Amino acid sequence: MKTSYLPVGLPAPLADRQGPTAPFWKGLQDGALRIQFCRACNAVQWGPDYICNACHSLDLDWKPVEPEGRIYSWTRVWQAAQPVLEGSVPYVVVLVELVSAQGVRLVGNLLGEPLQPVEIGMPVVGVFESHEEAGTSYTLLQWRKMDGDWRC
Amino acid sequence: MTAERTLRHKVAIVGIGETAYFKRGQSPDPEYVLALKAILAACDDAGLDPRDIDGFSSYADDRNDAARLATSLGIKELRFSAMQWGGGGGGCAGSIANAAAAIATGQAECVIVFRALSQGQVRYGQGAAAIGYAAQAAPVIAGDMAFSVPYGAISPAQRFALKAMRFMHDHGVSQDALRAIALASYRHAQNNPRAIMYGKPLDSDGYDASRWIAEPFHLFDSCLENDGAAAVLLVDAARARDFQQPAAYLLAAAAGSGRRQAASSHSAPCYATGNFNEVARRLYAMARIEPREVDVVQAYENFTGGVAMALNEHGFFARGDANDFLTIDNLSAPNGRLPLNTSGGHLAECYMHGMNLVIEAVRQVRGQSCNQIKDANVALMISGPMVTPVSSLLLGSEATR
Repeated sequence: MKTSYLPVGLPAPLADRQGPTAPFWKGLQDGALRIQFCRACNAVQWGPDYICNACHSLDLDWKPVEPEGRIYSWTRVWQAAQPVLEGSVPYVVVLVELVSAQGVRLVGNLLGEPLQPVEIGMPVVGVFESHEEAGTSYTLLQWRKMDGDWRC
Repeated sequence: MTAERTLRHKVAIVGIGETAYFKRGQSPDPEYVLALKAILAACDDAGLDPRDIDGFSSYADDRNDAARLATSLGIKELRFSAMQWGGGGGGCAGSIANAAAAIATGQAECVIVFRALSQGQVRYGQGAAAIGYAAQAAPVIAGDMAFSVPYGAISPAQRFALKAMRFMHDHGVSQDALRAIALASYRHAQNNPRAIMYGKPLDSDGYDASRWIAEPFHLFDSCLENDGAAAVLLVDAARARDFQQPAAYLLAAAAGSGRRQAASSHSAPCYATGNFNEVARRLYAMARIEPREVDVVQAYENFTGGVAMALNEHGFFARGDANDFLTIDNLSAPNGRLPLNTSGGHLAECYMHGMNLVIEAVRQVRGQSCNQIKDANVALMISGPMVTPVSSLLLGSEATR
Protein backbone atom coordinates (compact mmCIF):
# COMPACT_ATOMS: atom_id res chain seq x y z
CA MET A 1 0.00 0.00 0.00
CA LYS A 2 1.23 3.45 -0.92
CA THR A 3 2.01 5.38 2.26
CA SER A 4 3.40 8.53 0.72
CA TYR A 5 2.45 10.75 -2.22
CA LEU A 6 5.90 10.43 -3.85
CA PRO A 7 7.97 7.25 -3.81
CA VAL A 8 10.52 6.44 -1.15
CA GLY A 9 14.08 7.47 -1.96
CA LEU A 10 14.03 11.25 -2.12
CA PRO A 11 16.40 13.04 0.27
CA ALA A 12 15.11 13.31 3.83
CA PRO A 13 14.97 16.74 5.51
CA LEU A 14 17.15 15.55 8.36
CA ALA A 15 20.37 17.44 7.85
CA ASP A 16 19.45 20.43 10.01
CA ARG A 17 19.28 18.84 13.44
CA GLN A 18 21.17 21.80 14.89
CA GLY A 19 20.17 24.59 12.51
CA PRO A 20 17.40 27.18 12.64
CA THR A 21 14.93 24.95 10.80
CA ALA A 22 15.31 22.01 13.22
CA PRO A 23 12.28 22.89 15.42
CA PHE A 24 10.09 22.97 12.31
CA TRP A 25 10.97 19.41 11.32
CA LYS A 26 10.78 18.22 14.92
CA GLY A 27 7.31 19.81 15.15
CA LEU A 28 6.05 17.91 12.12
CA GLN A 29 7.24 14.66 13.68
CA ASP A 30 5.19 15.59 16.75
CA GLY A 31 2.14 16.20 14.56
CA ALA A 32 2.28 19.99 14.93
CA LEU A 33 2.98 22.82 12.52
CA ARG A 34 5.23 25.30 14.29
CA ILE A 35 6.51 28.58 12.92
CA GLN A 36 9.20 30.92 14.15
CA PHE A 37 8.50 34.20 15.91
CA CYS A 38 10.56 36.82 17.71
CA ARG A 39 10.16 37.04 21.49
CA ALA A 40 11.36 40.63 21.45
CA CYS A 41 9.10 42.21 18.81
CA ASN A 42 6.57 39.38 18.35
CA ALA A 43 7.02 39.32 14.56
CA VAL A 44 6.37 36.04 12.79
CA GLN A 45 9.40 35.13 10.69
CA TRP A 46 9.65 32.80 7.71
CA GLY A 47 11.88 31.16 6.60
CA PRO A 48 13.57 30.42 9.88
CA ASP A 49 16.72 32.33 10.73
CA TYR A 50 19.16 32.80 13.61
CA ILE A 51 18.20 36.47 13.96
CA CYS A 52 14.98 38.44 13.80
CA ASN A 53 15.07 40.07 10.37
CA ALA A 54 12.98 42.96 11.76
CA CYS A 55 14.53 43.92 15.15
CA HIS A 56 17.79 41.88 15.21
CA SER A 57 16.96 40.11 18.45
CA LEU A 58 18.51 36.66 18.74
CA ASP A 59 15.70 35.56 21.08
CA LEU A 60 13.57 33.54 18.67
CA ASP A 61 10.99 30.93 19.54
CA TRP A 62 8.37 28.71 17.93
CA LYS A 63 4.60 28.59 18.18
CA PRO A 64 1.99 26.18 16.82
CA VAL A 65 -0.40 27.30 14.08
CA GLU A 66 -3.28 25.55 12.34
CA PRO A 67 -2.18 23.68 9.21
CA GLU A 68 -4.67 25.49 7.01
CA GLY A 69 -3.84 27.60 4.03
CA ARG A 70 -4.61 28.68 0.51
CA ILE A 71 -2.80 27.67 -2.67
CA TYR A 72 -0.45 30.57 -3.39
CA SER A 73 1.04 28.92 -6.46
CA TRP A 74 1.40 25.48 -7.99
CA THR A 75 2.98 23.42 -10.74
CA ARG A 76 2.26 20.06 -12.26
CA VAL A 77 5.58 18.30 -12.83
CA TRP A 78 5.80 16.20 -15.99
CA GLN A 79 9.54 15.55 -16.24
CA ALA A 80 11.26 13.77 -13.37
CA ALA A 81 14.43 15.43 -12.10
CA GLN A 82 15.57 12.34 -10.20
CA PRO A 83 15.50 8.69 -11.32
CA VAL A 84 13.38 7.70 -8.31
CA LEU A 85 10.53 9.89 -9.63
CA GLU A 86 10.47 8.58 -13.17
CA GLY A 87 7.39 6.40 -12.64
CA SER A 88 5.58 9.07 -10.64
CA VAL A 89 4.98 11.90 -13.11
CA PRO A 90 2.83 13.87 -13.37
CA TYR A 91 2.51 15.02 -9.79
CA VAL A 92 1.34 18.30 -8.28
CA VAL A 93 3.52 20.63 -6.21
CA VAL A 94 1.74 23.42 -4.35
CA LEU A 95 2.99 26.48 -2.55
CA VAL A 96 0.63 27.11 0.35
CA GLU A 97 0.32 30.35 2.30
CA LEU A 98 -0.97 29.82 5.83
CA VAL A 99 -4.31 31.43 6.68
CA SER A 100 -3.21 32.32 10.19
CA ALA A 101 0.22 33.66 9.24
CA GLN A 102 0.27 35.74 6.10
CA GLY A 103 3.58 35.53 4.26
CA VAL A 104 4.43 32.12 5.68
CA ARG A 105 4.56 29.75 2.71
CA LEU A 106 5.28 26.05 2.50
CA VAL A 107 5.94 23.79 -0.46
CA GLY A 108 4.08 20.50 -0.46
CA ASN A 109 2.15 18.14 -2.68
CA LEU A 110 -1.58 18.32 -3.35
CA LEU A 111 -2.96 14.89 -2.47
CA GLY A 112 -5.37 13.27 -4.89
CA GLU A 113 -5.48 12.83 -8.63
CA PRO A 114 -2.49 14.40 -10.37
CA LEU A 115 -4.69 15.78 -13.15
CA GLN A 116 -7.24 17.34 -10.79
CA PRO A 117 -7.99 21.03 -11.39
CA VAL A 118 -5.79 23.32 -9.29
CA GLU A 119 -6.32 27.04 -8.81
CA ILE A 120 -4.53 29.75 -6.93
CA GLY A 121 -6.63 30.70 -3.91
CA MET A 122 -8.09 27.26 -3.22
CA PRO A 123 -8.27 26.47 0.53
CA VAL A 124 -6.31 23.44 1.65
CA VAL A 125 -5.75 21.62 4.91
CA GLY A 126 -2.54 19.95 6.04
CA VAL A 127 -2.00 16.19 6.19
CA PHE A 128 0.97 14.85 8.14
CA GLU A 129 2.82 12.19 6.12
CA SER A 130 5.13 10.01 8.19
CA HIS A 131 8.21 8.41 6.66
CA GLU A 132 10.16 5.50 8.12
CA GLU A 133 13.00 4.82 5.73
CA ALA A 134 16.45 3.28 5.94
CA GLY A 135 16.66 3.65 9.69
CA THR A 136 15.48 7.26 9.74
CA SER A 137 12.12 8.83 10.40
CA TYR A 138 10.71 12.19 9.45
CA THR A 139 7.37 13.76 8.60
CA LEU A 140 6.33 15.83 5.61
CA LEU A 141 3.36 18.20 5.55
CA GLN A 142 1.10 17.51 2.58
CA TRP A 143 -2.15 19.22 1.60
CA ARG A 144 -5.64 18.24 0.49
CA LYS A 145 -8.42 20.41 -0.87
CA MET A 146 -11.07 21.45 1.59
CA ASP A 147 -14.51 20.09 0.79
CA GLY A 148 -17.16 22.24 -0.87
CA ASP A 149 -17.19 25.00 -3.45
CA TRP A 150 -14.37 27.27 -2.34
CA ARG A 151 -15.58 30.32 -4.24
CA CYS A 152 -18.78 30.53 -2.13
CA MET B 1 30.88 70.44 -5.31
CA THR B 2 31.16 66.68 -5.12
CA ALA B 3 31.66 64.88 -8.41
CA GLU B 4 28.74 62.69 -9.54
CA ARG B 5 29.35 59.08 -8.59
CA THR B 6 28.57 57.13 -11.74
CA LEU B 7 29.92 54.64 -14.28
CA ARG B 8 28.18 56.49 -17.12
CA HIS B 9 30.59 56.84 -20.06
CA LYS B 10 33.58 56.08 -17.84
CA VAL B 11 34.35 52.59 -19.17
CA ALA B 12 34.00 50.87 -22.54
CA ILE B 13 33.89 47.32 -23.86
CA VAL B 14 36.47 47.21 -26.64
CA GLY B 15 36.81 43.48 -27.24
CA ILE B 16 34.48 40.49 -27.41
CA GLY B 17 35.41 36.83 -27.72
CA GLU B 18 33.69 33.50 -27.58
CA THR B 19 34.40 29.89 -28.41
CA ALA B 20 32.24 27.80 -30.66
CA TYR B 21 29.20 26.77 -28.64
CA PHE B 22 28.50 23.09 -28.10
CA LYS B 23 25.65 21.01 -26.83
CA ARG B 24 26.26 19.85 -23.28
CA GLY B 25 29.07 17.30 -23.17
CA GLN B 26 30.27 17.89 -26.72
CA SER B 27 33.16 20.29 -26.15
CA PRO B 28 36.45 18.72 -27.24
CA ASP B 29 38.25 21.03 -24.81
CA PRO B 30 38.36 21.14 -21.02
CA GLU B 31 36.52 24.08 -19.49
CA TYR B 32 39.76 25.89 -18.67
CA VAL B 33 40.88 25.75 -22.31
CA LEU B 34 37.50 27.15 -23.35
CA ALA B 35 38.08 30.08 -20.96
CA LEU B 36 41.55 30.71 -22.41
CA LYS B 37 40.26 30.61 -25.99
CA ALA B 38 37.48 33.13 -25.27
CA ILE B 39 39.89 35.50 -23.52
CA LEU B 40 42.41 35.31 -26.38
CA ALA B 41 39.58 35.94 -28.85
CA ALA B 42 38.45 39.05 -26.95
CA CYS B 43 42.02 40.41 -26.96
CA ASP B 44 42.39 39.61 -30.65
CA ASP B 45 39.13 41.42 -31.39
CA ALA B 46 40.36 44.50 -29.56
CA GLY B 47 43.95 44.33 -30.78
CA LEU B 48 45.39 44.01 -27.28
CA ASP B 49 48.37 41.88 -26.27
CA PRO B 50 46.87 39.44 -23.73
CA ARG B 51 49.89 40.06 -21.49
CA ASP B 52 48.49 43.56 -20.94
CA ILE B 53 45.37 42.25 -19.22
CA ASP B 54 45.61 43.23 -15.56
CA GLY B 55 42.29 42.09 -14.12
CA PHE B 56 39.66 39.36 -14.20
CA SER B 57 36.05 39.48 -13.09
CA SER B 58 33.51 36.68 -13.11
CA TYR B 59 30.41 35.34 -11.37
CA ALA B 60 28.41 32.19 -10.59
CA ASP B 61 31.41 30.68 -8.80
CA ASP B 62 33.24 30.24 -12.09
CA ARG B 63 35.84 27.55 -11.60
CA ASN B 64 38.58 29.16 -13.70
CA ASP B 65 40.67 30.99 -11.14
CA ALA B 66 41.98 34.47 -11.96
CA ALA B 67 45.51 33.85 -10.67
CA ARG B 68 45.78 30.66 -12.70
CA LEU B 69 44.60 32.47 -15.84
CA ALA B 70 47.10 35.26 -15.20
CA THR B 71 49.87 32.70 -14.96
CA SER B 72 48.84 30.81 -18.08
CA LEU B 73 48.63 34.00 -20.10
CA GLY B 74 51.96 35.39 -18.89
CA ILE B 75 50.31 38.48 -17.48
CA LYS B 76 52.88 40.92 -16.22
CA GLU B 77 51.00 42.22 -13.21
CA LEU B 78 47.58 41.16 -11.92
CA ARG B 79 45.89 44.13 -10.25
CA PHE B 80 42.27 43.14 -9.90
CA SER B 81 40.32 39.91 -9.41
CA ALA B 82 36.71 39.75 -8.28
CA MET B 83 33.88 37.25 -8.03
CA GLN B 84 30.29 38.46 -7.91
CA TRP B 85 28.26 36.53 -5.34
CA GLY B 86 25.26 34.49 -6.39
CA GLY B 87 24.73 31.40 -8.47
CA GLY B 88 23.35 31.17 -11.96
CA GLY B 89 23.46 34.17 -14.18
CA GLY B 90 22.24 36.84 -11.78
CA GLY B 91 25.78 38.13 -11.46
CA CYS B 92 26.66 38.52 -15.14
CA ALA B 93 26.07 42.27 -15.48
CA GLY B 94 27.23 42.67 -11.88
CA SER B 95 30.61 41.21 -12.78
CA ILE B 96 30.88 43.87 -15.50
CA ALA B 97 29.92 46.51 -12.95
CA ASN B 98 32.72 45.29 -10.66
CA ALA B 99 35.27 45.43 -13.47
CA ALA B 100 34.08 48.86 -14.53
CA ALA B 101 34.29 50.17 -10.97
CA ALA B 102 37.88 48.95 -10.74
CA ILE B 103 38.81 50.75 -13.95
CA ALA B 104 36.93 53.93 -13.08
CA THR B 105 38.70 54.15 -9.72
CA GLY B 106 42.17 53.50 -11.08
CA GLN B 107 42.62 50.00 -9.69
CA ALA B 108 43.11 48.37 -13.09
CA GLU B 109 43.44 49.22 -16.78
CA CYS B 110 42.40 46.22 -18.92
CA VAL B 111 39.94 43.87 -17.26
CA ILE B 112 38.53 40.66 -18.74
CA VAL B 113 35.03 39.65 -17.68
CA PHE B 114 34.31 36.05 -18.59
CA ARG B 115 32.25 32.93 -18.06
CA ALA B 116 33.34 29.43 -19.00
CA LEU B 117 31.00 26.51 -18.67
CA SER B 118 31.42 22.91 -19.57
CA GLN B 119 28.19 21.27 -18.51
CA GLY B 120 29.43 17.95 -19.81
CA GLN B 121 32.06 18.10 -17.07
CA VAL B 122 29.94 19.62 -14.28
CA ARG B 123 26.22 19.87 -15.04
CA TYR B 124 24.66 23.05 -13.73
CA GLY B 125 21.62 22.89 -11.47
CA GLN B 126 21.25 19.13 -11.71
CA GLY B 127 22.25 16.08 -9.77
CA ALA B 128 22.71 15.42 -6.11
CA ALA B 129 25.70 17.69 -5.59
CA ALA B 130 24.06 20.66 -7.30
CA ILE B 131 21.01 20.57 -5.07
CA GLY B 132 23.00 20.08 -1.92
CA TYR B 133 23.05 16.48 -0.81
CA ALA B 134 25.46 13.63 -1.17
CA ALA B 135 24.44 10.71 -3.36
CA GLN B 136 24.18 7.90 -0.84
CA ALA B 137 21.89 5.09 0.22
CA ALA B 138 19.85 7.28 2.59
CA PRO B 139 20.34 10.81 1.30
CA VAL B 140 19.54 13.80 3.50
CA ILE B 141 19.17 17.46 2.63
CA ALA B 142 19.61 20.71 4.53
CA GLY B 143 18.62 24.35 4.45
CA ASP B 144 16.27 25.93 1.96
CA MET B 145 16.28 22.94 -0.37
CA ALA B 146 14.92 20.78 2.46
CA PHE B 147 11.69 22.75 2.12
CA SER B 148 11.19 21.69 -1.50
CA VAL B 149 13.25 18.66 -2.58
CA PRO B 150 11.35 16.06 -0.48
CA TYR B 151 8.20 17.22 -2.31
CA GLY B 152 9.70 16.74 -5.76
CA ALA B 153 10.39 20.45 -6.39
CA ILE B 154 14.01 19.80 -7.26
CA SER B 155 15.25 21.20 -10.57
CA PRO B 156 15.36 24.92 -11.38
CA ALA B 157 12.43 24.49 -13.81
CA GLN B 158 10.28 22.92 -11.09
CA ARG B 159 11.10 25.56 -8.48
CA PHE B 160 10.84 28.59 -10.79
CA ALA B 161 7.56 27.26 -12.20
CA LEU B 162 5.97 28.17 -8.86
CA LYS B 163 7.14 31.76 -9.18
CA ALA B 164 6.11 32.01 -12.83
CA MET B 165 2.65 30.54 -12.20
CA ARG B 166 2.00 33.15 -9.50
CA PHE B 167 3.33 35.98 -11.70
CA MET B 168 1.06 34.92 -14.56
CA HIS B 169 -1.89 34.86 -12.16
CA ASP B 170 -1.13 38.27 -10.64
CA HIS B 171 -0.49 39.98 -13.98
CA GLY B 172 -2.96 38.09 -16.19
CA VAL B 173 -0.18 36.74 -18.42
CA SER B 174 -1.20 34.11 -20.96
CA GLN B 175 0.77 31.13 -22.26
CA ASP B 176 0.85 32.95 -25.62
CA ALA B 177 3.08 35.62 -24.07
CA LEU B 178 5.61 33.01 -22.98
CA ARG B 179 5.40 31.40 -26.40
CA ALA B 180 6.19 34.73 -28.13
CA ILE B 181 9.41 35.01 -26.10
CA ALA B 182 10.47 31.52 -27.20
CA LEU B 183 9.54 32.09 -30.84
CA ALA B 184 11.48 35.36 -31.02
CA SER B 185 14.66 33.64 -29.86
CA TYR B 186 14.26 30.83 -32.36
CA ARG B 187 13.46 33.26 -35.18
CA HIS B 188 16.63 35.24 -34.49
CA ALA B 189 18.77 32.11 -34.20
CA GLN B 190 17.94 31.20 -37.79
CA ASN B 191 20.14 34.11 -38.96
CA ASN B 192 22.99 33.26 -36.54
CA PRO B 193 25.30 30.47 -37.75
CA ARG B 194 26.88 30.32 -34.27
CA ALA B 195 23.56 29.39 -32.68
CA ILE B 196 22.97 25.86 -31.46
CA MET B 197 19.47 26.02 -32.97
CA TYR B 198 20.59 27.52 -36.31
CA GLY B 199 18.70 25.65 -39.01
CA LYS B 200 16.15 24.36 -36.49
CA PRO B 201 13.21 26.78 -36.65
CA LEU B 202 10.33 26.67 -34.19
CA ASP B 203 6.77 27.71 -34.93
CA SER B 204 3.67 28.08 -32.77
CA ASP B 205 2.52 24.53 -33.45
CA GLY B 206 5.92 23.16 -32.49
CA TYR B 207 5.85 25.08 -29.23
CA ASP B 208 2.30 24.02 -28.41
CA ALA B 209 3.05 20.37 -29.18
CA SER B 210 6.20 20.28 -27.07
CA ARG B 211 6.06 18.36 -23.82
CA TRP B 212 5.46 19.99 -20.48
CA ILE B 213 8.46 20.10 -18.16
CA ALA B 214 6.65 21.69 -15.23
CA GLU B 215 3.57 23.81 -15.91
CA PRO B 216 3.61 26.61 -17.12
CA PHE B 217 6.91 25.66 -18.76
CA HIS B 218 7.02 23.64 -21.95
CA LEU B 219 10.32 22.25 -23.21
CA PHE B 220 10.85 25.40 -25.29
CA ASP B 221 10.40 27.72 -22.30
CA SER B 222 13.65 26.42 -20.84
CA CYS B 223 17.22 27.44 -21.61
CA LEU B 224 19.64 25.13 -23.35
CA GLU B 225 22.58 23.45 -21.61
CA ASN B 226 25.89 24.09 -23.30
CA ASP B 227 29.65 23.97 -23.24
CA GLY B 228 31.62 27.05 -24.21
CA ALA B 229 33.10 30.30 -22.98
CA ALA B 230 32.64 34.00 -23.61
CA ALA B 231 34.67 37.04 -22.57
CA VAL B 232 34.67 40.81 -22.95
CA LEU B 233 37.50 43.29 -22.47
CA LEU B 234 36.89 46.54 -20.58
CA VAL B 235 39.13 49.65 -20.58
CA ASP B 236 38.91 53.30 -19.56
CA ALA B 237 36.54 55.13 -21.94
CA ALA B 238 39.27 57.71 -22.59
CA ARG B 239 41.28 54.96 -24.34
CA ALA B 240 38.36 53.34 -26.16
CA ARG B 241 39.12 54.85 -29.55
CA ASP B 242 42.67 53.44 -29.47
CA PHE B 243 41.35 49.96 -30.18
CA GLN B 244 40.39 48.54 -33.54
CA GLN B 245 36.67 47.94 -33.00
CA PRO B 246 33.92 50.47 -32.29
CA ALA B 247 33.52 50.88 -28.53
CA ALA B 248 30.42 50.01 -26.52
CA TYR B 249 30.24 52.47 -23.62
CA LEU B 250 28.78 51.57 -20.26
CA LEU B 251 25.82 53.86 -19.64
CA ALA B 252 25.02 52.13 -16.38
CA ALA B 253 25.25 48.88 -14.47
CA ALA B 254 23.39 47.86 -11.35
CA ALA B 255 23.17 44.75 -9.20
CA GLY B 256 21.28 43.73 -6.09
CA SER B 257 17.93 42.59 -4.84
CA GLY B 258 14.77 43.60 -3.06
CA ARG B 259 14.09 43.17 0.65
CA ARG B 260 14.46 39.59 1.98
CA GLN B 261 14.56 38.12 -1.51
CA ALA B 262 16.62 35.19 -0.18
CA ALA B 263 13.97 34.30 2.42
CA SER B 264 13.75 30.52 2.36
CA SER B 265 10.68 28.37 1.76
CA HIS B 266 9.52 30.63 -1.12
CA SER B 267 8.57 33.28 1.43
CA ALA B 268 10.13 36.47 0.05
CA PRO B 269 7.70 39.34 0.72
CA CYS B 270 7.64 40.26 -2.99
CA TYR B 271 7.62 36.73 -4.39
CA ALA B 272 6.29 36.76 -7.94
CA THR B 273 9.00 38.96 -9.35
CA GLY B 274 12.14 38.81 -11.42
CA ASN B 275 13.71 40.82 -8.56
CA PHE B 276 14.47 43.86 -10.77
CA ASN B 277 12.25 46.53 -9.25
CA GLU B 278 15.10 48.19 -7.36
CA VAL B 279 17.89 47.31 -9.80
CA ALA B 280 16.06 48.73 -12.83
CA ARG B 281 15.31 52.01 -11.05
CA ARG B 282 18.98 52.53 -10.21
CA LEU B 283 20.07 51.43 -13.69
CA TYR B 284 17.97 54.00 -15.53
CA ALA B 285 18.88 56.72 -13.03
CA MET B 286 22.59 56.19 -13.60
CA ALA B 287 22.18 56.07 -17.38
CA ARG B 288 19.85 59.08 -17.33
CA ILE B 289 17.54 57.45 -19.84
CA GLU B 290 13.96 56.20 -19.95
CA PRO B 291 12.88 52.68 -20.97
CA ARG B 292 11.47 54.06 -24.23
CA GLU B 293 15.01 55.06 -25.26
CA VAL B 294 16.21 51.44 -25.25
CA ASP B 295 16.61 50.16 -28.82
CA VAL B 296 17.18 46.45 -28.21
CA VAL B 297 17.15 44.05 -25.24
CA GLN B 298 19.10 40.91 -24.42
CA ALA B 299 17.22 39.37 -21.48
CA TYR B 300 18.54 36.33 -19.65
CA GLU B 301 16.27 33.40 -20.25
CA ASN B 302 16.53 30.72 -17.64
CA PHE B 303 12.82 30.37 -18.36
CA THR B 304 10.50 32.49 -20.49
CA GLY B 305 8.37 33.43 -17.48
CA GLY B 306 11.37 35.19 -15.95
CA VAL B 307 11.85 37.22 -19.13
CA ALA B 308 8.25 38.45 -18.90
CA MET B 309 8.92 39.55 -15.32
CA ALA B 310 12.21 41.23 -16.23
CA LEU B 311 10.74 43.20 -19.13
CA ASN B 312 7.83 44.33 -16.98
CA GLU B 313 10.14 45.46 -14.18
CA HIS B 314 12.42 47.29 -16.63
CA GLY B 315 9.45 49.43 -17.60
CA PHE B 316 8.57 48.20 -21.09
CA PHE B 317 4.92 47.52 -20.36
CA ALA B 318 2.56 48.17 -17.50
CA ARG B 319 1.04 45.55 -15.24
CA GLY B 320 -1.78 43.93 -17.15
CA ASP B 321 -0.38 44.77 -20.59
CA ALA B 322 1.93 41.76 -20.98
CA ASN B 323 -0.24 39.93 -23.48
CA ASP B 324 -0.53 42.97 -25.75
CA PHE B 325 3.20 43.69 -25.60
CA LEU B 326 4.70 40.20 -25.69
CA THR B 327 3.96 39.22 -29.29
CA ILE B 328 6.29 37.74 -31.87
CA ASP B 329 5.98 40.86 -34.04
CA ASN B 330 6.88 43.23 -31.22
CA LEU B 331 9.87 41.14 -30.16
CA SER B 332 11.38 40.49 -33.61
CA ALA B 333 14.29 42.25 -35.27
CA PRO B 334 14.66 44.50 -37.08
CA ASN B 335 11.36 46.36 -36.90
CA GLY B 336 9.61 45.17 -33.74
CA ARG B 337 8.83 47.59 -30.92
CA LEU B 338 11.44 45.94 -28.70
CA PRO B 339 13.61 43.34 -30.47
CA LEU B 340 14.50 40.70 -27.90
CA ASN B 341 17.44 38.28 -27.76
CA THR B 342 18.66 39.01 -31.25
CA SER B 343 21.34 36.29 -31.31
CA GLY B 344 18.83 33.63 -30.30
CA GLY B 345 19.61 34.09 -26.63
CA HIS B 346 19.74 31.26 -24.12
CA LEU B 347 16.84 29.43 -25.72
CA ALA B 348 18.35 29.06 -29.18
CA GLU B 349 21.91 30.45 -29.41
CA CYS B 350 23.63 29.16 -26.29
CA TYR B 351 23.25 29.16 -22.50
CA MET B 352 26.45 30.90 -21.47
CA HIS B 353 24.97 32.35 -18.28
CA GLY B 354 24.40 35.73 -19.87
CA MET B 355 27.85 36.46 -21.25
CA ASN B 356 26.77 35.63 -24.82
CA LEU B 357 23.96 38.14 -24.29
CA VAL B 358 26.47 40.83 -23.29
CA ILE B 359 28.40 40.09 -26.47
CA GLU B 360 25.24 40.41 -28.54
CA ALA B 361 24.44 43.74 -26.87
CA VAL B 362 27.94 44.95 -27.88
CA ARG B 363 27.40 43.74 -31.44
CA GLN B 364 24.16 45.69 -31.67
CA VAL B 365 25.70 49.01 -30.65
CA ARG B 366 28.64 48.29 -32.99
CA GLY B 367 26.26 47.49 -35.86
CA GLN B 368 27.58 43.92 -36.24
CA SER B 369 24.64 41.69 -35.27
CA CYS B 370 23.19 38.95 -37.47
CA ASN B 371 19.85 40.60 -36.71
CA GLN B 372 20.97 44.20 -36.68
CA ILE B 373 18.62 46.91 -35.47
CA LYS B 374 18.90 50.13 -37.46
CA ASP B 375 20.64 52.85 -35.43
CA ALA B 376 20.90 50.72 -32.29
CA ASN B 377 22.47 53.18 -29.90
CA VAL B 378 21.22 51.87 -26.57
CA ALA B 379 21.23 48.16 -25.69
CA LEU B 380 19.96 46.68 -22.43
CA MET B 381 21.29 43.40 -21.04
CA ILE B 382 19.42 41.77 -18.14
CA SER B 383 20.99 39.07 -15.93
CA GLY B 384 19.26 36.27 -14.10
CA PRO B 385 15.57 36.82 -13.44
CA MET B 386 14.04 35.28 -10.30
CA VAL B 387 17.35 34.71 -8.48
CA THR B 388 19.11 36.94 -5.99
CA PRO B 389 21.11 39.06 -6.48
CA VAL B 390 20.36 40.00 -10.09
CA SER B 391 21.93 42.66 -12.30
CA SER B 392 21.47 44.72 -15.46
CA LEU B 393 23.61 46.65 -17.87
CA LEU B 394 23.03 49.46 -20.39
CA LEU B 395 25.47 49.93 -23.26
CA GLY B 396 25.63 52.88 -25.63
CA SER B 397 27.23 53.51 -29.00
CA GLU B 398 29.63 56.34 -29.83
CA ALA B 399 26.55 58.44 -30.66
CA THR B 400 25.50 58.47 -26.99
CA ARG B 401 28.65 60.31 -25.89
